Amino acid sequence: MIKNISNLGDAALYCDFGKEVNEKINSYVISYFNHLKKLAEDKSIQGITNLSPSYNKLIVSFDLSITNFQEIKNKIETIKILNNKKKKSKKIEVPVCCEEKYALDLLILSKKLKTSSEEILSLFFAKEYFCYMTGFIAGMPFLGDIDENIRVDRLKTPRVKVPKGSVGLTEQFCNIYTFESPGGWNIVGNTPKKIFNKVDLNNPALIKPGDKVSFYKITKEEYLNWND
Amino acid sequence: MTEAYFEILRAGTNSSIQDQGRKNLYHIGITISGAMDQKIFKISNALVDNNLNEGVIEFAYQGPLLKLKNGSVNFAITGNIDFNIIRKNSIIEKGKCFQNYFLNKDEELDLIYTKNSVFGYLAVEGGFKIEKVWNSYSTNTKAKIGPNNGEKFSIGEKIYLKKPEVKNFEKKNIEYNNSVATTIRIIKGTNFDYFSNEAKNNFFNKEYQVTNLSDRMGMRLEGPKLENIVNTNIKSEGLVKGVVQVPADGNPIIMFSDHGSIGGYPKIAVIITADHDKAAQLIPGSKIKFKEVNLDEAESLFKTYSKETKSYLEKIK
Repeated sequence: MIKNISNLGDAALYCDFGKEVNEKINSYVISYFNHLKKLAEDKSIQGITNLSPSYNKLIVSFDLSITNFQEIKNKIETIKILNNKKKKSKKIEVPVCCEEKYALDLLILSKKLKTSSEEILSLFFAKEYFCYMTGFIAGMPFLGDIDENIRVDRLKTPRVKVPKGSVGLTEQFCNIYTFESPGGWNIVGNTPKKIFNKVDLNNPALIKPGDKVSFYKITKEEYLNWND
Repeated sequence: MTEAYFEILRAGTNSSIQDQGRKNLYHIGITISGAMDQKIFKISNALVDNNLNEGVIEFAYQGPLLKLKNGSVNFAITGNIDFNIIRKNSIIEKGKCFQNYFLNKDEELDLIYTKNSVFGYLAVEGGFKIEKVWNSYSTNTKAKIGPNNGEKFSIGEKIYLKKPEVKNFEKKNIEYNNSVATTIRIIKGTNFDYFSNEAKNNFFNKEYQVTNLSDRMGMRLEGPKLENIVNTNIKSEGLVKGVVQVPADGNPIIMFSDHGSIGGYPKIAVIITADHDKAAQLIPGSKIKFKEVNLDEAESLFKTYSKETKSYLEKIK
């Protein structure tokens, strides 16, 4: 539930759901996000220009020439999300090739964790992950939680260019780079699957907050012949 | 009739199509983009009788050199811009901002530089012939989203015009006061208390200088280091335009139109909406001070800002 609502500047509301990062808190964030999105779309609330759900916060931006902080706050406070049983989440399977060419940080990771590459990958592929949020770059999913034995910090010096499709690990999370971008996550493989399709204007992001994602290993040959 | 278009003879530093920006896409990682100076962007459209949200060319520092091929165009430039119109027989006419001009086939428009400011706008009557992407003409060159495949303009390209010929040209102009900001007003950020008392004092009382590491994504400032006494990282969360983030090095960064949709640095402050335009126009080397206002004051300052914009727009009609 929302613990506190404050203003982020004069044109946004900052809804704080707590300090921890877990699936339960994030599910509340996503429920509020979906609910507010609907209210904004059917114009029950006027003036909302953007909603940014993250691990445990929801930021609501609005147009100051239409509404203001107090008005939106009053509306949000009347929302009751009684039943947090969200609609059945979508399950997405993502193929990953972990050949040396694509698993840029696997060897360093193996040294850091004092665990073999095989073991790291088998722990990584064994779990199903929850999508907490998408963003930073278009469509990038932030997934978790990865096995406690394969958690590491960001790279000390982030890469200027992480190749598109890279699958990375950091702390309790894993992600997928939907575009070539700067970034500091530890790359263990690369997916040929299209995670963000900017041509599909209605539904560009394959993975959305609340979805479940699992990864499976493919060979280099399967990678190169992949066709979405 | 053949299509009218501008041929780009010089692209300029950072010339791209912008409008009001994109909405409702932060949650998939697509930021707002849009004109950095919203007020003079709207005025540029009004001067050529356009819908106020029509796509225009935004340029920074050095603007483009454009040659009109075919037809004729009614255009206006807003900002503090030194520009020439190169008429037939190479006759150079010195241009003035905040008024419209008639340009004939084979004449050129040379947007030389932005004086004591960063951004300027070129609007043409009827607008440019471009496709909206996610309901906006804005270009985000970092994420490669928007018209022209999300790229800034380059030499040799053609920019087509929706209206190939001007039927009735009516001269319009307004007096615009180009002032340069020395104070930027802010509301305390959600992580204000992450900073030491000395840092809080410095933030409000010392000058901060705009560095040249500034673009449509963000503006980096330098000044007394802002010491964080809690944590130099937060769990990643949403950002909005105007947020002042402070990474571990203690130097503030202001988020602008092309900012990433989420970020993990503490937010010391947020610039009030009424001051976004003038903050965006600060050139590297500018020295500013931050002044705190509360939410009520910020809302009333926004009303003043809107009234001012409206009164400029009404003077044009």
